[in-house]
Amino acid sequence: MPEPREQDIARLAARRWRIALCLTAAMLAVYFGFILLIAFAKPLMARPLSGGLTLGILLGVLVIVAAWGLTFVYVWWANGRYDAELARLARPGAPQ
Amino acid sequence: MTGLGAPNPVAITCFFVFIAVTLGITYWAARRTKTTSEFYAAGHSITGFQNGLALAGDYMSAASFLGIAGMVSLSGFDGLIYSTGWLVGWPVVLFLIAEPLRNLGKYTFADVVAYRLAHVPIRVCAAIGTLAVVVVYLIAQMVGAGNLIRMMFGLTYEQAIVVVGVVMIAYVLFGGMIATTWVQIVKAVLLVGGAFILTVLVLAQFSFSPIALFSAAAAKYGDAVLAPGKLVSNPWDAISLGLALMFGTAGLPHILMRFYTVPDAKAARTSVFYATAFIGFFYLLTFVLGFGAMVLVGHDAIRAVDPGGNMAAPLLAEVVGGSGFLGFIAAVAFATILAVVAGLTLSGAAALSHDLWVHVFRHGHADDKEQLRVARAATLVLGVLAITLGILFKGQNVAFMVGLAFAIAASANFPALFLSMFWRGFTTAGAVASMTTGTGAALLLIYLSPTIQIDVLKNTAAIFPLKNPALVTVPLSFAVGILVSLLRPEAKAAVGFDEVESRALLGVKH
Repeated sequence: MPEPREQDIARLAARRWRIALCLTAAMLAVYFGFILLIAFAKPLMARPLSGGLTLGILLGVLVIVAAWGLTFVYVWWANGRYDAELARLARPGAPQ
Repeated sequence: MTGLGAPNPVAITCFFVFIAVTLGITYWAARRTKTTSEFYAAGHSITGFQNGLALAGDYMSAASFLGIAGMVSLSGFDGLIYSTGWLVGWPVVLFLIAEPLRNLGKYTFADVVAYRLAHVPIRVCAAIGTLAVVVVYLIAQMVGAGNLIRMMFGLTYEQAIVVVGVVMIAYVLFGGMIATTWVQIVKAVLLVGGAFILTVLVLAQFSFSPIALFSAAAAKYGDAVLAPGKLVSNPWDAISLGLALMFGTAGLPHILMRFYTVPDAKAARTSVFYATAFIGFFYLLTFVLGFGAMVLVGHDAIRAVDPGGNMAAPLLAEVVGGSGFLGFIAAVAFATILAVVAGLTLSGAAALSHDLWVHVFRHGHADDKEQLRVARAATLVLGVLAITLGILFKGQNVAFMVGLAFAIAASANFPALFLSMFWRGFTTAGAVASMTTGTGAALLLIYLSPTIQIDVLKNTAAIFPLKNPALVTVPLSFAVGILVSLLRPEAKAAVGFDEVESRALLGVKH
């Protein structure tokens, strides 16, 4: 029978991996979605939006913005709930 | 008419100031480098923000600054595929690698893989993977440095290689990770700052509207430059390269090593956040620099200096800022190469001394003094090797080598590193199989690919269709690692996973 603290650690580790893998999948989807649009929807990507700005260039900028956004989401979660949970598990008074 | 290739007083002054400042830093760092922890990990004294800048410095090679700007300037939109591709590996490093790596390891990524597995076979394989990446990347950087400096400063190719090699050896040999980190920080500030000033000077000519710049590009070379062209004629090629960039970043030894320079996992997290911000900002600037060079310099003038387009950004600097600014940008490009080869050499030295010497030959029984001596000897060996390879590969087409370095890192290092932290059932045999298959398959398939068979050997056809092998080798390395682990379970490794899981979260036991 594992002790409660070990169970808590395993549960938090599983949650971190779940969130990490979901965010990784999101980044993969954004980038490969961009590549597939370039490969299979060239006329759509060439569509001008305003002056010299085409949909393709805008989406290229948005891939970079999405990378920023996803790292922000992770850091926001980790600095908040994850760190609080870690601090609780690492407290010297916690059952060893 | 361009002043490129003629000795430029501003370039030479900027270059000597950079060398003087960085050697001053090295002198300061050398007095603080007395233990292996200081030599390999800067005594864990670097803050998250500083390490974010240093990571950006380690990653943004001359290939990305000059190569991508050049590619956008010649092929327009298609070049932007690379601008974005080089960034997307960073969120993956943050999500999957940075924090558990910091908590589980000491100096190299092999520390993490070997944590609950048999040290000797793991460290041998990890060192082979590390050295393969480092050597291939070093060749690409050294040959690039030789050509670049010859074009910018009027030195001969061999002189340029020797200067880069000797200065880089001085940084690493005497100043270790402390000097290397601060050289990266200075370089990152100069590179992002220089690119930003150049961007502002370009946009000033288009009433600060990137859209007006894109319109001007279309007016000069047709609407096609703003739309996907023939580069992604085979989407599998683009996806394969994308996989190499995405997971290769998370397997580059000199990047992974940087996470040990910060005090804890939270600082490791912060450092990737800042690194992603800086690198993304820099690649956004390359959009403007590339199209700016297309409009203000023009295809013919760019190709006249270098058919590959690598001189587009320096030429652009000359057009908008005169020969003084050209000199500044040239010196920044030189600084960029110096810093990247220093980081690579240090990570290679760590694999040779920490992984191979200390843990394989001495089975962990080597005192700090001996370790430091071996690490410095390894630095010297790698530095001389870098100079020799740089001269041997003179005139060779090495453009594929950066892609190859990423493919090896993604297939040899990343799967074993990830599985060792993520999966209880991962075993020594599985890790060895995954790492050797990843290294071997990446090298074999790149040899059989059009990149070598057609571009380098000038054959008419290639056996393997993809230019970058990652689409095959990354899944293969994962599959072999999982299959071998399932076929030969290792009870001790499974038991050790509880400790890995706890330490990956909490760090060293309280």
